[in-house]
Amino acid sequence: MDTTVANTGTEGKTWGGGNQPLKSSYGKMMMWFFIVSDALTFSGFLAAYGFSRFKFIGSWPIADEVFTHVPFFHGNYPMIYVAFMTFVLIMSSVTMVLAVDAGHHMKKTKVTWYMFLTIIGGLIFVGSQAWEWGTFIKGEYGAVQTNGGNILQFGKYETVDGNAVFKRVAVSDIAIDAHGERVEHERKNGLWFVDESALPAYTVDEVYNGLKANSDVLVRTQIINDEGEKTVLSREESLNQIKNNGKLVVQGANLQVNEYGTSLFADFFFFITGFHGFHVFSGVVINIIIFFNVILGTYERRGSYEMVEKVGLYWHFVDLVWVFVFTFFYLV
Amino acid sequence: MADAHKLEIFRGLVKFKSNTQKIWGVLIFLTIVTVIEVVLGIYKPEVLMGQVLGMKALNWIFIILTIVKAYYITWDFMHMRDEVKALRRMVVWTAIFLICYLIFILLQEGGYIESVYSSGFIKRDF
Repeated sequence: MDTTVANTGTEGKTWGGGNQPLKSSYGKMMMWFFIVSDALTFSGFLAAYGFSRFKFIGSWPIADEVFTHVPFFHGNYPMIYVAFMTFVLIMSSVTMVLAVDAGHHMKKTKVTWYMFLTIIGGLIFVGSQAWEWGTFIKGEYGAVQTNGGNILQFGKYETVDGNAVFKRVAVSDIAIDAHGERVEHERKNGLWFVDESALPAYTVDEVYNGLKANSDVLVRTQIINDEGEKTVLSREESLNQIKNNGKLVVQGANLQVNEYGTSLFADFFFFITGFHGFHVFSGVVINIIIFFNVILGTYERRGSYEMVEKVGLYWHFVDLVWVFVFTFFYLV
Repeated sequence: MADAHKLEIFRGLVKFKSNTQKIWGVLIFLTIVTVIEVVLGIYKPEVLMGQVLGMKALNWIFIILTIVKAYYITWDFMHMRDEVKALRRMVVWTAIFLICYLIFILLQEGGYIESVYSSGFIKRDF
């Protein structure tokens, strides 16, 4: 096909890619095969996520309750920001394909501008993902982890438009501070080779006392009931659970604990979106290299912008993966 | 050179005049699909919460819409539509076969472990 002609000095060299049995240049074909193998890596991750989710189908966190933030706005806006991120990535895919198209017509200025917009889109996406990670790590309400590793969250019923709605309450709002119980172990005041991570802001006892003092606050468990919502315990059960099973006050999420529910959710979130974000980042770097090559006129001299097409394939693949990550992490 | 692109989508229902126009057309289509997904995800209509083949109907809709989006990204943005059949089949069917196999194995096993947790230590006594 004449849209893919590239004169890169490989003509006639069989092992240099001189043959085109599939009417596609060696480089482009190899990019496709790389994409297939990378797609399998990502499906391995997503299928493993599906495995863990099916394993804990009755207690998996509900994504709508986890990702509710939008930068610069307060309030509860599930999905809005991640939809924006998806749109940014699709949009940068469009500018990329426009750059490829302009390359076919050998229009250097247009290719330059479209590549530039693609890079900007990629940077906005990576930045958004960093913000999303930050929000997730910081957490919002906090929770108590039980001996068995389950998460107990707090909230109370409020009347909204005549219906009783369960509203979350932050641990820091109810806990009664009892000072000076336990001091963080540091290297300078104990064994020099042992230290520990920062202590939680509150102890379980402080939370328990706070729960006792606030008679309308209830505990919500991880278990999903028939209506598809998390089970809220009665007042006595709430007090009993915290007293008997509470072990650690957790705030936010990391690889060990996760205030939103099972810690596997956080592990997979960091791993899969992190791996995808790494792809976006490397895509941006490769795009920048190609961008400068375009400006320097490398492809103009070569007589073909096929290189733009090859990185374009990679960039679209990153978008393609995000479409699936979006579905399986945020929608389903 | 732009003549080499196939400019029809939806099996010839929509035909674009140029490749650039097709790109914008596909963008509009992908945006509509994403908006539908987000609106369904926020409002979660009660009608779609019934169980179909072991999952909520809504989840099936999300998965199908995702595959639709993936199809148009691959076919039009990555120009799979313009490649020869052999390359297209090599890439697409290999991936689809292996991914389906992987998903089946892992989800089956995950569901089995869940049933062991929820209904006793021995699920199937062989």
